[in-house]
Amino acid sequence: MSVPQDLRYTKSHEWVRTEDGVATVGITDHAQEELGDVVFVELPESGATFEAGDSFGVVESVKAVSDLYTPVGGEVVEINSTLEDAPEKVNEDPYGEGWIIKLRISGEGDLLSATDYEKVLEEEE
Amino acid sequence: MDAKDLRRTPLYEEHKEAGARLVDFAGWEMPVQYAGIKAEHEAVRTRAGLFDVSHMGEAVFLGPDAEAAVQRLVTRDVSRLETGQAGYAAVCYESGGTVDDVLVYRRQDDFLIVVNAANRDKDLAHFRENVSDLDVEVADESDDWALLALQGPDAEGILQRFTEADLSKIRYYRFVDGEVDGVPAIISRTGYTGEDGFEVFIRPDDAPGLWRKLVGSGAEPVGLGARDTLRLEAGMCLYGNELDADTTPLDAGISFAVHLDKELRFIGQGALLLEDAEGLRKKLVGFEIEGRGIARHGHTVTDGAEIVGQVTSGTLSPTLGRAIGLALVEPEVEDRFTVVIRDRPVPAIAVPLPFYKRDRK
Repeated sequence: MSVPQDLRYTKSHEWVRTEDGVATVGITDHAQEELGDVVFVELPESGATFEAGDSFGVVESVKAVSDLYTPVGGEVVEINSTLEDAPEKVNEDPYGEGWIIKLRISGEGDLLSATDYEKVLEEEE
Repeated sequence: MDAKDLRRTPLYEEHKEAGARLVDFAGWEMPVQYAGIKAEHEAVRTRAGLFDVSHMGEAVFLGPDAEAAVQRLVTRDVSRLETGQAGYAAVCYESGGTVDDVLVYRRQDDFLIVVNAANRDKDLAHFRENVSDLDVEVADESDDWALLALQGPDAEGILQRFTEADLSKIRYYRFVDGEVDGVPAIISRTGYTGEDGFEVFIRPDDAPGLWRKLVGSGAEPVGLGARDTLRLEAGMCLYGNELDADTTPLDAGISFAVHLDKELRFIGQGALLLEDAEGLRKKLVGFEIEGRGIARHGHTVTDGAEIVGQVTSGTLSPTLGRAIGLALVEPEVEDRFTVVIRDRPVPAIAVPLPFYKRDRK
């Protein structure tokens, strides 16, 4: 299970990469593995604003529907609209082409380091 | 429920070894997927998939009144079944609501009824309670049988390697007593996928050996996840979704399994005759989502203003690549309606069932 060291994480299995005040958010390798084949991603509109911990969308596998929670608060500046036609990118490249939204950060939630997230995964085992 | 309280089928070790993801299904620790639902679904549609459905229950009716007892309990006229023939039927309450949907096998000396795993205890109690005045023994043989389903265009070819029974002679919904892999088995040309295939009843101790041989011959293990998408594409009902105590078999569109003209009355017949005469209270429709999104069990159906029904099952069809579903709606609902997916109204259009029909040779 891949947990890149340069990202931060949530207990609900999202990852976040921050750069110049913008956060890129996706779901972790563990989350995509648990979900199975992702067949649909419901994305928010660009310009929508969220508080840290808000549900901002949904990812669906054949069998399961799973809410997405934003690790940081802020305004959505970009959505990964390629997921509308190619949701499988979430499975294939969860930390790369499978990213979901970018937010201009207005506030941070409770974020975990890679090491702490690995502990969360161990506890779930 | 703790994991340790879950029941396991005789094939549990095979599932673990194959890397299955195991989940609690009706109190059983069952494989929901192995390689992935989409891949397993495609294996059944194009090659052959192998399912462990040993959690399903088996009730055997034996004795002079066995036929009379089964006639009373199920909606199908089982006097029309020949020995060696199986029939799909509903079991109803007096209200017409559904206790379960089952397969009735007419054997030489008795009747075998296969029931849903989640309904085993309820069904057995219902059966015994309602035939206590008859000279019939109702035996719960659920733990005496393992049940493997081998489904898909390659199913016959694979199974034929392990049996001397001529499978090409077994017609749809017929079965034979025979041997598979040198052990006693009931071989039934039935299934829940919309493909050709067989269900094989064997003794629990014999199941792991046969499972390994079938997998070794190219059958791909398939979990409950793909079982659900396959049956939904085939337009088949799932108890708890399309059928329940508040839904009659007529509502759920399985009137082909209900013989209202049956001479020996069955439980619920009066209510169903009345519903048939007065008109359905609700109807089952198949639909496709026309906008973006996937309808799921429990989503509301509206006519744009009022609530007119509920989605009973929904998924992204792996074969069609479109979002499909079944809904129980008010009888006057027309071909276009709205499904509310997480507060968002999405247009849907009714389509004929089944969503998927295999090309017959």
